[in-house]
Amino acid sequence: MTDPADPMDGKTNRPALSLHVPEPRFRPGDAVDYSHLAIPPAGAQPRPDEGCAAAETAPLCHDLIRVLGDDDRAHGPWDPKLDADTLRTMLGHMALTRAFDERMFRGQRQGKTSFYMKCTGEEATSIAAGMALAADDMVFPSYRQQGILIARGYPLVEMINQIYSNRGDKLKGRQLPIMYSSREHSFFSISGNLATQTPQAVGWAMASAIKGDSRIAATWVGEGSTAEGDFHSACTFAAVYNAPVILKVVNNQWAISSFSGFAGAERTTFAARALGYGLAGLRVDGNDALAVYAAERWAANRARANAGPTLIEYFSYRAEGHSTSDDPSGYRSAQEREEWPLGDPIMRLKRHLIALGEWDEERQEAMDRQCAEQVKAATKEAEKNGILGHGMHQPFRTMFEDVFEELPWHLQEQAEQAERERKIKFPEGLPRQ
Amino acid sequence: MTQVAEREAEADTDRRLNMIEAINEALDIMLQRDSDVIVMGEDVGYFGGVFRCTAGLQAKHGKTRVFDTPISECGIIAVAVGMGAYGLRPVPEIQFADYIYPGLDQLVSEAARLRYRSAGEYISPMTVRSPFGGGIFGGQTHSQSPEAIFTHVAGLKTVIPATPYDAKGLLIAAIEDNDPVIFFEPKRIYNGPFSGYYDRPVEPWKRFDDARVPGGYYRIPLGQARTVREGEAMTVLTYGTMVHVTEAVAREKGVDAEILDLRTLVPLDIEAVEKSVQKTGRCLIVHEATRTSGFGAELSALVQERCFYHLEAPVERVTGFDTPYPHSLEWAYFPGPVRIGEAMDKLLQD
Repeated sequence: MTDPADPMDGKTNRPALSLHVPEPRFRPGDAVDYSHLAIPPAGAQPRPDEGCAAAETAPLCHDLIRVLGDDDRAHGPWDPKLDADTLRTMLGHMALTRAFDERMFRGQRQGKTSFYMKCTGEEATSIAAGMALAADDMVFPSYRQQGILIARGYPLVEMINQIYSNRGDKLKGRQLPIMYSSREHSFFSISGNLATQTPQAVGWAMASAIKGDSRIAATWVGEGSTAEGDFHSACTFAAVYNAPVILKVVNNQWAISSFSGFAGAERTTFAARALGYGLAGLRVDGNDALAVYAAERWAANRARANAGPTLIEYFSYRAEGHSTSDDPSGYRSAQEREEWPLGDPIMRLKRHLIALGEWDEERQEAMDRQCAEQVKAATKEAEKNGILGHGMHQPFRTMFEDVFEELPWHLQEQAEQAERERKIKFPEGLPRQ
Repeated sequence: MTQVAEREAEADTDRRLNMIEAINEALDIMLQRDSDVIVMGEDVGYFGGVFRCTAGLQAKHGKTRVFDTPISECGIIAVAVGMGAYGLRPVPEIQFADYIYPGLDQLVSEAARLRYRSAGEYISPMTVRSPFGGGIFGGQTHSQSPEAIFTHVAGLKTVIPATPYDAKGLLIAAIEDNDPVIFFEPKRIYNGPFSGYYDRPVEPWKRFDDARVPGGYYRIPLGQARTVREGEAMTVLTYGTMVHVTEAVAREKGVDAEILDLRTLVPLDIEAVEKSVQKTGRCLIVHEATRTSGFGAELSALVQERCFYHLEAPVERVTGFDTPYPHSLEWAYFPGPVRIGEAMDKLLQD
């Protein structure tokens, strides 16, 4: 609408405005050059006291905490000084997670399930982080932290049962594959709705504080989902109530086809968002398992001491497609993965152990073989309970259970209808599974 | 001595509270009985709530049991989901039902589905209290009746009291319920029932028997309707403020209506509905909410399906119009005595 008093009739001499639409540096076919990424040397980042004021972490929000150097040695004050057995366990969990992802991805392609999501390249952000927590600290993961379940000893067979929605599926075929839940392992039920788990984790942590408990909560969210309002609520509530919670942003650079610029990465880091809320913030090399472990342990100690919540950005790279329904060659350069300057978390940890004289290539190969066999055996075991392609494994009535604690009349009636339909559809009983 | 004691006892049995006091007492009792009950929301702590429903509770139960929150409905509902997963029994308040929408994703996608998607590993035993409904010149954002948005969501229970006695008993039952409950409080009748005649002075609850609220613990089971008055000429299905408006119209017109206060919309007391409509053969549905896809449509469909051969006339619906809630034209919008009276006449003529 033109201001009627404007003598120029809407045509002013002000410069024309322009909309900035972010664009990633590399598209399919482009040569990749990551020289713009500032990768500081390992060991150069200071480690403030865990009880420090949140503002003291400001420099660390724009830095990158790194422990493992190019020489495959641990450096600096963030070195968690883990013993060789712990490092081998960590490497083992990461290798098993990768082997699991490989096989489940193939299973989806073979029609054994409808859907799968890998976490390739991001194994450290769940496994090393998860290992820095106590077993009964409550985790509120997104869909790409299967490594936590593996690190916490959740049976692979149970995971596959869920992925296959088979007779053994604890979630009774109700949930999309990989939306795990295990109360026994303090692993919160995964939701398809992004970022909802972040303020829920804060609420859990508030409850723990209200009850004078000693357990803390930890939550993971992708950098893309930080744009959701829930993430803002999580940060606000965490700060207001000094909740014993660790909020993690796994910045893997991509939200399906959208690069991190669409979540605001062109202007600042995700860790730096902590500062505006009064949270402690750390920005960490997410492919450096030792740095991830150290940062998570720092934040856990801080939370446990009632010193406050922490927001950690794990800077990483989503090495594979978003999911089995995604083809990344449609939106990014295939070279990105090869050129990624922070490397691969498993390779880096392996080389570190070798540099320490605690590991060698033969043992690595043997471990990889053993992981593949373990997954294969679990897959065979789970397939005894059926696969998704074999049809409906759950009694129809179970579809109506757990909507409420008790079945109300209308669900009772609908359950009876489903039973009637079952008899008409399958007069001889359900097809053989 | 004896005389004094009798008087006290008498005073107690005849004790009358308005709806605000009844709700406050229910919260107080549940905070006392169950250390897992947490009351939180905008202005509910130190100040005691913009409608005074939580007055005195923080001073009595402490700041970690009753506290103020940031202005974030998404955050309020979300942390309540997290608290429920821990094992608490949160009672969050949303200051006006009109402001519940920022929390909708957490209610619909999370609280309502948590038990189902985790096969019972995690539950969400929260009770979301929220003042709702119009008739107070609240305009577009202090008058809405969004119950149909919630009754449409599998996994949520929706409860709406119409009297102080019910408000206390239903709120206690809602808090004890292990499913998420949306508890809408008709703010028009916080202080006294409403006849629908906005130009008449409000009569305080103290003059009505429904304001007799026993001290101490009692509960009214969810899923049970209340027969407000028995009648033969027609069944009126309603809830909240409209219970009182409908009752006043029936009385003034001399219509022998049987009025059911549904109290719980999900799960609905279908037996009470069927029994009444099959007796009267006529059904009028009254709610403040807008008409299209309102809860009245569900009620109408159920009555049609289940009482078809008993019906002597088409089911009638009296509702708010399909517009946002207006400010100055409030009494043209509100489904008051004229609209209800016309519908009753039509039902009786058919």
